[in-house]
Amino acid sequence: MHPTHRSNRILQPARSWFIWFSLFAALALTYVPTGRLPGLPDWMALVLVFWCIREPRRVGMTTAFFFGLLVDVGQGAAMGQHALAYVVMAYLATSLSRRVLWFGTLQQSLHVLPMLLLAQAIMVAVRLLAGAEFPGWSYFISSFSAALVWGPLGLMLLLPQYQPVDRDENRPI
Amino acid sequence: MSLAGHSPPPIFHHGLAPRVRLFILSAICVAMLVADLRFGYLEFVRQVATVVIHPLQRMAAAPVDFARNAAVYFATLVDVQLENAELRRSQVESAQRLLRFEQLEHENAELRQLAGLSQAVTLRGVGAEVLYDAADPFSRKVILDKGDHHGVRSGLAVVDARGLIGQVSRVYPVQSEVTLLTDREQVVPVKVERSGMRGILSGDGDGGLEMRFVPVGSDIQPGDRIVTSGLDGLFVAGLPVALVTEVSAANSPHLRVACEPVARVERAVQVLVLGPEEPRPSRPERGQEVAQPSPADTRPAE
Repeated sequence: MHPTHRSNRILQPARSWFIWFSLFAALALTYVPTGRLPGLPDWMALVLVFWCIREPRRVGMTTAFFFGLLVDVGQGAAMGQHALAYVVMAYLATSLSRRVLWFGTLQQSLHVLPMLLLAQAIMVAVRLLAGAEFPGWSYFISSFSAALVWGPLGLMLLLPQYQPVDRDENRPI
Repeated sequence: MSLAGHSPPPIFHHGLAPRVRLFILSAICVAMLVADLRFGYLEFVRQVATVVIHPLQRMAAAPVDFARNAAVYFATLVDVQLENAELRRSQVESAQRLLRFEQLEHENAELRQLAGLSQAVTLRGVGAEVLYDAADPFSRKVILDKGDHHGVRSGLAVVDARGLIGQVSRVYPVQSEVTLLTDREQVVPVKVERSGMRGILSGDGDGGLEMRFVPVGSDIQPGDRIVTSGLDGLFVAGLPVALVTEVSAANSPHLRVACEPVARVERAVQVLVLGPEEPRPSRPERGQEVAQPSPADTRPAE
């Protein structure tokens, strides 16, 4: 698998309010009470990874930590469980951000999948150490479904940064 | 190399190195996990944060609430008629039992007075509805639609029409979280109704229940009813909890006693949060003088 080296469209810088809006929207999605439906993607993790890869200077481990705590409180999980998982995930995402963006959508989602799986594995390890019961292997399906929606979600989050195409014949960039 | 008095230009300021930041944040997380899971120190932080995120949570729950209400609205006439017939039947049954119960309660009060025993605790129930399963996949908890404002307190027993389903483990302003009996960390002090043997019951992590630390040779057999013993001071004594399904000797000084819950633990919808009527009066502080009641305030004991 080789990087494509195809140049992407030139994007406008992401606006701060949009980054925060998308993060809080993802938080709201994780609060939707869906009960024990397995296989729903962890929206918060996915959006965090997206911005850690796209804007590693603005969204990183500290943001991941605070949003992790908010997810912990909202879900009634152990305090620090999601925070720890998201911090490690954000570390990987920010340090791989220069590499991941060279690839196409499919290969990008293959990069993202291990990060999400690692985050889930950390949460399972923490809770099992504390004496909780194993939620079953179906728990890990959500990482795979999250990797599947990586493409559409990425497109959605990039749309506000696209600028109108007006070709200037004299300055072909 | 930076000389004294000359800091490097601002474009090189990136804060702490990523690995250092990872280490610090992970250390904070681990400390919080230990403080929360082992010692329960962070309940206050959780309560404050809950107030902050409550609007977001209500917003997120709105579509689900709407779907549930719509489902109720479009319930068919046949369903309602069936349910009505069932309710009528059970009402006749319970009315009959209630008559006997009143008589027995009266008789019991007189006998207690005769024997000089203290009055039995009167109960207070808050009717509630199970809204949904809690999102945490590692535990078996549900969310109720009644909270602190409605008088739900942490530690109270939660029952459905057949028996105990769990215990209130966390109270929010208008919602509360109930840990079900089948959770591995939910422990209930119980006794076997037939023999009076006491023990503790907990979830086995697989949807069933297990009575722990029953010595080999105990008087227990499949079919025995298990009720709460009330020894924890939180639960009322005598709530039906489970039926013993299997007693087997393992290679240990204890029997393996598998039970199944009497109530519909994982499927209950209408529940009752049960607690004693009045909280106990607080103890006076050490050294504090206890005020003597004036003769005008004392009423004859009933």
